[in-house]
Amino acid sequence: MSDVSSRATAEAAWVRVALTTLALAFVALFLLVPLAAVFWEAFSKGWQLYVDSLTEPEAWSAIKLTLLTAAFAVPLNLVFGVAAAWAIARFEFRGKSFLVTLIDLPFSVSPVVAGLMYMLLFGAQGWLGPWLAEHDVKIVFAVPGIVLATVFVTFPFVARELIPLMQAQGADEEQAAMVLGASGWQTFWRVTLPNVKWGLLYGVILTNARAMGEFGAVSVVSGHIRGETNTIPLHVEILYNEYNFVGAFACASLLAFLALLTLVVKSLVEWKIARAQAASLNRTREARLASA
Amino acid sequence: MKLRPLLFAPLLALAGTAAHADVTLLNVSYDVMRDFYKDYNPLFQQAYQAKTGERVTVQQSHGGSSKQALSVVGGLAADVITMNQATDIDLLADKGLLPANWARRLPNDSVPFNSITVFLVRKGNPKAIRDWNDLVRPGVQVIVPNPKTSGNGRYTYLAAWGQALRQPGGSEAKARDFVSRLFRNVPVLDSGGRAATTTFIQRQVGDVLVTFENEAEMVAREFGRGGFDVVYPKLSVLAENPVALVDKVVDKKGTRQAADAYLRQLWSVEGQTVAAQNYLRPQHPQVAARYAAQFPPVKTFRVAEVFGSWRAAMKTHFADGGVFDQIYAKK
Amino acid sequence: MKLLNRQHSVLPGFGLSFGLTLFWLLLIVLLPFAALVLKTADMGWAAFVDTVSAERVVASLKLSFGAAGVAAAINIVMGFLLAWVLVRYPFPGKRLVDALVDLPFALPTAVAGIALTTLYAPNGWLGQHLVPLGLKVAFTPLGIVVALTFVSLPFVVRTVQPVLEDLEKELEEAASCLGASRFQIFRRVIFPATVPALITGGAMAFARATGEFGSVIFIAGNIPLVSEIAPLIIISKLDQYDYLGATAVAVVMLALSFVLLFAINAIQWWASRRHGGKR
Repeated sequence: MSDVSSRATAEAAWVRVALTTLALAFVALFLLVPLAAVFWEAFSKGWQLYVDSLTEPEAWSAIKLTLLTAAFAVPLNLVFGVAAAWAIARFEFRGKSFLVTLIDLPFSVSPVVAGLMYMLLFGAQGWLGPWLAEHDVKIVFAVPGIVLATVFVTFPFVARELIPLMQAQGADEEQAAMVLGASGWQTFWRVTLPNVKWGLLYGVILTNARAMGEFGAVSVVSGHIRGETNTIPLHVEILYNEYNFVGAFACASLLAFLALLTLVVKSLVEWKIARAQAASLNRTREARLASA
Repeated sequence: MKLRPLLFAPLLALAGTAAHADVTLLNVSYDVMRDFYKDYNPLFQQAYQAKTGERVTVQQSHGGSSKQALSVVGGLAADVITMNQATDIDLLADKGLLPANWARRLPNDSVPFNSITVFLVRKGNPKAIRDWNDLVRPGVQVIVPNPKTSGNGRYTYLAAWGQALRQPGGSEAKARDFVSRLFRNVPVLDSGGRAATTTFIQRQVGDVLVTFENEAEMVAREFGRGGFDVVYPKLSVLAENPVALVDKVVDKKGTRQAADAYLRQLWSVEGQTVAAQNYLRPQHPQVAARYAAQFPPVKTFRVAEVFGSWRAAMKTHFADGGVFDQIYAKK
Repeated sequence: MKLLNRQHSVLPGFGLSFGLTLFWLLLIVLLPFAALVLKTADMGWAAFVDTVSAERVVASLKLSFGAAGVAAAINIVMGFLLAWVLVRYPFPGKRLVDALVDLPFALPTAVAGIALTTLYAPNGWLGQHLVPLGLKVAFTPLGIVVALTFVSLPFVVRTVQPVLEDLEKELEEAASCLGASRFQIFRRVIFPATVPALITGGAMAFARATGEFGSVIFIAGNIPLVSEIAPLIIISKLDQYDYLGATAVAVVMLALSFVLLFAINAIQWWASRRHGGKR
């Protein structure tokens, strides 16, 4: 993606300026100003209080639990998402639209309902509740329930990022690889994965951000035990309800930071891949020239 | 399969912390009781250790009162439950977690302290709000949390209804009319008491906030006294915050003794003093006398006196299709 | 082609990927749904109809789906524009803007709601200028649209972005050589390629917005029949310990979303067959 564009593939300067301005105005109004408000509140009583809010033991345990939850939810949904995208974008089968709709469904379920569903399954009065209690397995009001609820709300991201992308690209390259004698896994690792890496990365970033920020569903299954089963978003709510606005917004700003951090990682990966690609592109060009 | 040990690691860690102390109690409570139990828990821990030599760790869980009760029904292992209305504990009795006569196991119907519903108005009381009737005047904006989702909102609603009923010539029809007019003056129905306070104080929406007396004091502590005045109505509702032992849990965990001591100490002079310091009206006569200055005498009624019982009040007024719904459906 | 024999039969891995998809779907999505639907079945048909046809429930469903629709429409237009600008035009601070797009997911929804209410309340940074103009945002249905637009903003941007990044410039150059104007190229070459992603992103934004609770609750005002959303109805039913009523409303929301998403996916399929890859 070079920024050097010929006249043929670029708009007039005024169009570019107008569009950019419009987009940036939208970003400013809907993203930058709310973010500024969060940081403004977080730092309204000074740096020291901000740091104190993040280092108190309850905040710290919430941070650890949130990271742990994301560490489970993201890989699980990553594997699922890639498998689903492969099945859906590369094969024709009956009921495909139906399957895709099912994958989308967790988005449209109110998070509170999501939590409620797990209570109906695993709660003491739920289907599996009595059996679980008998065997002393804790699902709800413990870490497994929080992970499950998080997996549910982040379920579709990776699959939904990959499917349109893989459809747009078509299967020609993979078929070519297979015809040339590559094994299925080789084709996947060498052809498919490099082609969809951006979509995959966006999917993972979204999954991760949402996994750490989820409130509604987790709130139902967490039990809110301070220092034990509170995630950062739940901790934020508690602080807010204690009129501790600085603490609440400090923890919220931490989540914003974590999201930005994933973007930094993304940029680094982007840069490395771009370098590697440039190198390999040069090689193929040379090869082409040589054969011509 | 590598995942499994990782998955259970936090649970093991939890068990590990529990081993340090002799007993761990979980107190499942509602939103605004944090400040009180923050002060009370260390007090209990000291007293209990002095008496028995056992160390007790008290864990707290806070949330909306009814939501918390539902969590306990769903399996949240609460040793004690401290709610803001009796129906939330009745629910546990219905599900067999504790006996139906739970209220009679502790003094004062298991209510260690109360509060009353009061008005917060803007500094200097520019709209001259003195009593309930001023809230239904045209042009007065009243901030009340949603009675459907908040105990605070329910107490306000019941207080308004009960006082209208007790006016000379009061009747059910008049009470209903009064409450309808009151809610017509409500521009925002927040989901909980604290959210309503934020709307009133931070967003500067509304002329009067109806909330609990102890909440008014919390507001003063957090936001300073410069922005508002407290107005005591002539007649108010007594907000009773019952507590109970969850038998099924304490028997399974073997924590009955500690849990019982935890609740009983609420009635001790020390426990009652902490309550008074948090602007909760104590039951203990001596403590009440000592802190009389901060609790102006107000005529109050109990929910059970006017509405038969909390259950009846919930069913008639707040259930789906109940009076509260009808008030809004009329438009 | 809609037979069980697969189109790209050269590629392996159908059994594995399809099986894994189905298994995970069953475990995480279908099992809980089954619990929900079966619980609702306990209440009987008449009670179910009574519950979901109540005036307030109907009004709240209209509001939730209507506001979600408006928010999705805003996001389709602005999200496409934003993705376009991010991929095509250089400008200072681009990395930062790119990073900001994910913010609505990372912020807990309640924080988003609080932050937006702080801004749009009559005494807020934005509200104090808007209210004198007669534009009340906080505590009105308009506030709901603002909150929903915020929480569902990343979807369209993040689905369109990779497609635009992947678009080969050669195609545009070729079109240009053949004498197409810039606008024609956009309309005939670029836009069609992004349609599947646009529809997908729009559908996800819409779906997400219908169920949103945490952020809306702070900014909506929650007045029955005016600004009370469907998830709030579910919560208040739970607060009355009315499990069945709550699940009934949840099932209706679910069924509505499912039908809408299914229709959108069908359109998307049709669009991708018409315009999409397989070049």
